[in-house]
Amino acid sequence: MNPAPFEYLAPTTVDEAVAALVEHGDEAKILAGGQSLLPVLRMRLNAPEWVIDLGRIETLRGVRDAGDHLVIGAMTTHDQVLHDPLVHEHALLVTKAVTQLADAQVRHRGTFGGALAHADPGGDLGAPTLALDATFVITGPSGTRSVPAAEFFVDLFETAIGEDEILTEVQVPKYDGWGAHYEKFVRVSHQWPIIAVAATVRLDGDTIAEARVGLTNMGSTPVRATAVEEALAGQPATPDAVQQAAAHAADGTSPPTDLNGDAEYRRHLATVLTRRAVLAAAGRNGT
Amino acid sequence: MTATQEPGLKEAPTQEIGRDRRRKEDQRLITGRTRWTDNIVLPGMLHIAMVRSPFAHARITGVDTEAAKAAPNVVDVFTGSEVADVQGVIANAWPLSAEQKAPDHPPMAVDRVAFAGEIVAVVVARSAAEAQDAAELIDVEYDELPAVIDLKRAAADDVLAHPDLGTNISSVWTLDSAEGGTGGNVDEAIAEARENGIVIEREYRQQRLIPAFMEPRSTVVDPTGEQYVVWSATQIPHIARFLLAATTGTPESKIRYIAPDVGGGFGGKLQTTPEEWLTFLAAKRTGKPVKYTESRSESLMSGHHGRDQWQRLTLAATKEGRVTGLKVDLLADMGAYIGIVGGGVPVLGAWMFNSIYKWDAYRFTTTQVLTNKTWVDAYRGAGRPEATYGIERLMTELAAELGKDPLEVREMNWIKHDEFPFTTVAGMTYDSGDYEAATARSKELFGYDELRAEQQRRRDAGDPVQLGIGVSTYTEMCGLAPSRVLGQLNYGAGGWEHAEIRMLPTGKVEVITGTSPHGQGHETAWSQIVADRLGVPFEDVEVLHGDTQISVRGLDTYGSRSLVIGGEALVRAADKVVERAKPLAAHMLEASPDDLEFAGGRLQVRGTDQGVTIQEVATAAWTAHDLPDGLEPNLDASATYDPVNFSFPHGTHLCAMEVDTETGRVRMRKYVAVDDIGNIVNPLIVSGQVHGGLVQGISQALWEEAVHDEGGTLVSGTLVDYLLPTAADTISFETDHTTSPSTTNTLGTKGVGEAGTIASTPAVVNAIVDAVRHLGVTDIRMPCSPERVWRAIQQAQKGAGQ
Repeated sequence: MNPAPFEYLAPTTVDEAVAALVEHGDEAKILAGGQSLLPVLRMRLNAPEWVIDLGRIETLRGVRDAGDHLVIGAMTTHDQVLHDPLVHEHALLVTKAVTQLADAQVRHRGTFGGALAHADPGGDLGAPTLALDATFVITGPSGTRSVPAAEFFVDLFETAIGEDEILTEVQVPKYDGWGAHYEKFVRVSHQWPIIAVAATVRLDGDTIAEARVGLTNMGSTPVRATAVEEALAGQPATPDAVQQAAAHAADGTSPPTDLNGDAEYRRHLATVLTRRAVLAAAGRNGT
Repeated sequence: MTATQEPGLKEAPTQEIGRDRRRKEDQRLITGRTRWTDNIVLPGMLHIAMVRSPFAHARITGVDTEAAKAAPNVVDVFTGSEVADVQGVIANAWPLSAEQKAPDHPPMAVDRVAFAGEIVAVVVARSAAEAQDAAELIDVEYDELPAVIDLKRAAADDVLAHPDLGTNISSVWTLDSAEGGTGGNVDEAIAEARENGIVIEREYRQQRLIPAFMEPRSTVVDPTGEQYVVWSATQIPHIARFLLAATTGTPESKIRYIAPDVGGGFGGKLQTTPEEWLTFLAAKRTGKPVKYTESRSESLMSGHHGRDQWQRLTLAATKEGRVTGLKVDLLADMGAYIGIVGGGVPVLGAWMFNSIYKWDAYRFTTTQVLTNKTWVDAYRGAGRPEATYGIERLMTELAAELGKDPLEVREMNWIKHDEFPFTTVAGMTYDSGDYEAATARSKELFGYDELRAEQQRRRDAGDPVQLGIGVSTYTEMCGLAPSRVLGQLNYGAGGWEHAEIRMLPTGKVEVITGTSPHGQGHETAWSQIVADRLGVPFEDVEVLHGDTQISVRGLDTYGSRSLVIGGEALVRAADKVVERAKPLAAHMLEASPDDLEFAGGRLQVRGTDQGVTIQEVATAAWTAHDLPDGLEPNLDASATYDPVNFSFPHGTHLCAMEVDTETGRVRMRKYVAVDDIGNIVNPLIVSGQVHGGLVQGISQALWEEAVHDEGGTLVSGTLVDYLLPTAADTISFETDHTTSPSTTNTLGTKGVGEAGTIASTPAVVNAIVDAVRHLGVTDIRMPCSPERVWRAIQQAQKGAGQ
């Protein structure tokens, strides 16, 4: 199928892009790699009058070291993130998640910010950025503001980004020396996760000093498994201790029911996969 | 080093049959430098968009096309009621009997739609995008009718898919060994087993699948010449031409049908489609070339689906495990219409439920049921995978009941290698086979005993990851089919195949086949056969197919028929060429034709070194300067071959699956396929067929399912939800062959196109059930998703705890 007709804009600066958004408002959609938007347009599930392509704004690309945190430009492709040594060193959980994100073709076109702004609850980046307490930098007509991850994800396909705003960068605090694992549960490799667990832990000897756990597709937004994190702190990194903490993984979640499993099954999976993810992040055998 | 050769003596050509030649068609196919239907661009060509019903069952009360007609570059818009008298009908070519109830099947709905996705209006515009834009402007008013979606509910007839028919039951078809004189009475066998033996009763589900060929369907029709030229992504150009003529009143001689390169079919392109008929109509109406190419979403929704059965099975056996009878009751979902051969697909299972086994009594009944869903027709294996699944699951259950190894129970019941030819309880005569040999080889490659030992260790240790071993000792019937048999089954066509060989003046050879490859590699395999038969170089053979103006006669490609029937036609045509060459060769050699022998491409005077090559004779026939009196200057020959029987490939497949009992996720550990497909023309092509077939069958076991909601909307309507595997989801299979050549064709071949798909599905499910049987699980419905496996374990344990 061909998309319905639309006007196309390709600004080269953030200011131009914001100006275009201010002008066209809810008649516009942002193209940030197009891995979700183009299928939507081609299946005519949406027919915006304007498509504003951020692909020519060079300042939105790349990863840089900003002292106590990394800055990942919103238009950095997944493949660039995957192979970025700074991300690997300071935010290993992101690298682990991107490794399993879609396939090589999608990773070369799709962007870090585009995927997060799309806010698909099955997306692989929400849980890691939430677990890592990332900060989302959003630019609009009245300037730039920072939104913590905990407030960024609002609902299904809905974020804190306003109609006339653009996500420009994601700031990820450094987690040097933390182990990390992204446990993704799929039936075929190219599938959106049925659920996934993003876990990163700091060990003190054989004890889990701190842990961060995020869940993918366990609700309309990514979910932080705070009960698990609290239960893990100070516990030995043993299967029994981790299993006890992981039993809380589904607390307070409202996972969806679909062809791949109902809510009850997802809650069960969350406990099993959280145990495995935490143990793997701690360098222990995942099973 | 220099080699000297005596004049006139060449080295004997290499034997081509059996050689693993790479496919000559692949360079153009895999680089895309070829002609797919959608690549075709003609001057002034117009494009079509279809408007489709979102409702599964509704009366059309109005269609407003005014806005679409006024849209930019729209040339024509038409609805079903406007073309009702001229659009033709979609054929139901296998009605089984005169009693069959089948709804009229117009290409476009006239006043009522019977499934979601049915076409209600056609827009023709100068570009595909403009046609799609205009299609959105068409306003269709529907009066929704009650829809029947669920197969079992449909069989109860409380809501009707087609109220005018008065019932959803399209047909009931029975094969009974007692009535047919091929065996005893199955009810007696079951009654006896209830007294003194074992009765296994099970109900299995064959979920609905979508063929999901790689190339979406596409049709181009050019009406600007004397003949209408139709290019279409189809498996059946010859049959489509016949049916287009027969249903639209256009003389067959005015239609040229061409299947150019076609990207897969799996039965999904064994159909005459509404889209083809409407593209033809649009070209007729506008007088311009017209193209329609479906989107993937349209393909999944409206291309015909496959499988979709409930199977109620009752197996009777002695206490020792010898099967004495099987009763089969099928409910088969036809969807909203009876497709080209859809009415008969379940019937093919009649001769396959008995598989490789000997038993006394058998009754097979299948009930074809109409629902308000996309119609169901042939899909790789067509009736045989369904049957094989049922019996191979059941034989495994029998073994479990007896506490015996599943291979041991099968061996107790199968036809021994020295019992061929063997006439089965279903009345089919198997010409050859050796189940012992295939099974022995498969066990050896698999490491059967070691894996059984590992399974025991994991069970003993209570390992969260359990191991299961699945067995499938299948057979199938290939080579559709002897025309006489098809006639007895009320099938609309014969089953012969045609081949023609043209000896060109330069000595090159053109082979024209009536088969219509869409990925099978016929160009290579047919070249190998002819190269051997005529003793000419492989490179000198060109295979032509798919264009009814070149390949005048043929019945196309499906049902693993091309090699066993089309290949035999080819052999016979080649032999005729040699016979035609003999008088001229004898004349050239000043010898008697009786003194000539043909070997290695040379016609040679017996006992001498005097000879000519068949290619030299072809040149001499063309110049025709010096021919014996009365001899035609032409070596070309054709042959039309009607088979006398089906062929019966078989094999033993063994599968090891790991089951994560905590999550229900399964992982394939090992898969061994040993297939006896008779003699092999090209091992590399065979390997491709086996590997691809295995993945398709494994995919039914694990991933694929077409799901409709209660309203009849296809929920698994994109490839996000209709799960297809990629190479990343499969393991490397071990494949091998044992060989008992078919005795019914010259080359001794049996067919391989469907074997992997037929065999693998039960092997995988048997393995999964085997892994968790000790936990109390006896069945898991396909596809065996992690959730279903996990729930089966949960429920079994809940049951055990009570």
